[in-house]
Amino acid sequence: MKYLILIHSNPQSLAVWETMSDAQRMEFGRGHMSLTDTLADSGELIVSEGLADPALAKHVSVREGRTITSDGPFAEVKEHLAGFYLVDCESMERAVELAATVPDALTGSVEVRPVLDMSTLDL
Amino acid sequence: MTTAARVEELLRDLAPQVLAILVRQQGDFGVSEDAVQEALLAAATQWPADGVPDNPKGWLITVASRRRIELWRNESARRRREELAARQAPPAPDPASDVDDTLTLLLLCCHPSLTAVSQVALTLRAVGGLNTAEIARAFLVPEATVGQRISRAKRRIKANGAEFRMPPPEELSDRLAAVLHVLYLIFNEGYTASSGSALLRVELSAEAIRLTRQLRDRLPDDGEVAGLLALMLLTDARRPARTRPDGTLVPLAEQDRSSWDAAAIAEGVALISEALATAAVGPYQLQAAISAVHDEAARADETDWRQILGLYELLQSIAPGPMVTLNRIVAVAMVRGPHEALQQLAAAAAGPAADPALAGHHRVEAVRAHLLDMAGDHEAARAHYRLAARTTLSLPERRYLESRAGRPRPDAADAVDGDAGDESGRRVLGSGREDDVRSEVGVREVLE
Repeated sequence: MKYLILIHSNPQSLAVWETMSDAQRMEFGRGHMSLTDTLADSGELIVSEGLADPALAKHVSVREGRTITSDGPFAEVKEHLAGFYLVDCESMERAVELAATVPDALTGSVEVRPVLDMSTLDL
Repeated sequence: MTTAARVEELLRDLAPQVLAILVRQQGDFGVSEDAVQEALLAAATQWPADGVPDNPKGWLITVASRRRIELWRNESARRRREELAARQAPPAPDPASDVDDTLTLLLLCCHPSLTAVSQVALTLRAVGGLNTAEIARAFLVPEATVGQRISRAKRRIKANGAEFRMPPPEELSDRLAAVLHVLYLIFNEGYTASSGSALLRVELSAEAIRLTRQLRDRLPDDGEVAGLLALMLLTDARRPARTRPDGTLVPLAEQDRSSWDAAAIAEGVALISEALATAAVGPYQLQAAISAVHDEAARADETDWRQILGLYELLQSIAPGPMVTLNRIVAVAMVRGPHEALQQLAAAAAGPAADPALAGHHRVEAVRAHLLDMAGDHEAARAHYRLAARTTLSLPERRYLESRAGRPRPDAADAVDGDAGDESGRRVLGSGREDDVRSEVGVREVLE
């Protein structure tokens, strides 16, 4: 089963980040790298990425065949997606166990979402 | 058949034989398996262009042995020491070698120290002769993920001291059960992934049937091996009728039965009839028997639901599980009417006698919706279909349940008690798919 572990950035997580020392921030980054290594080694990692600031986002829509893009948002958004792990593991229990090792779970919370698939092996 | 396809077929047959010979001669399953993979890849590129050598098996053994020495030379010093130690203590020869090589390989690949996904990946590569890229495409995961699963599985086999030899007789039945389970998982992965985008995927169902046939050649008297092969054939026979061109699923009751594969049904029915008459009964045989009853009905309303109910009751007594419970309740509705089935469902899903695995499960809502439809309460049925659609993890099932939730009121004839109309109770289980069996396996995985 595939699960997406979502890391959201919000005012609370930001506040925690601001209070961290440089050493703590390094530790945080190392936690992510080591989790990625662990997941790759166990054969459970599909992909993991951190996302650039939402100010660099483009919004895309197509109207009457024309592609329209807009920038932003430039104003601070309260909550945005900061990164994710897409894993393929045995069960929701295992996905939760993995999510609990995401550094962000120690200060805020991360979200685990099952991925829809073409099968029905869902018990 | 094209030359490339003929070569591929030949290579897939030879893969486990060559691997078994290498492991027997030189030990170390992990390195031998890598060497055989590389020999297979070399053959797959060279043979279609240069022609198949006179002795293809000998060619593969020679190339794989050379490659194995190179791999061995490239290993680290630590690894070399291990290798030398291993060479000094060659594994004891296995007396039953010639006949049972493929079986021995299957048992090793499905070793109990491995996770299910690793067992599946290793079996497909070492016994099925698929390469890592093909396995990755089949399971829609990156190649690196599959490669990692395989090398991890091999490390674990080594760490556990598992050897390329038949397990002692007292372990054989448990180990064989693991093999059957892995073959079943492979079959279902191929069977349920039937969307248009699956064209690029390796035919996993066909591969599972091929491997199960090989297993049956080696264990012709085992009722559960025969039962599993029959189950696969009887299920796969319905594949042509199972999806519409747009990929949506067709419930069993609405399938065009004339497009079912009659030869596969005949073979499956013969297999299961013989197994039930001669071997000790087991869950795969019962599931195959249920499948056979469906396949033998020329029209949905000719389905012998009394027999299906009896088989589910038997299945519940030897291999109980939440999906068996739900399927049995659907059969109850077809035989004794939806009201009794609704009462049984209520008791199974909540209250003192409830099965905890069914609490909050979307299939309970799907079955309830179906039973309410049968009982004539269409409005309540739609609400429960919607509820079920929200909580399923399967995309085709969600589409199906949503379409039921939005479906206009069916004919009054549909809402009569018992087996009236052309309504097949099975349609509620996984969109009327024949995969109730798959779910039972899934349940066993969780509960055991």
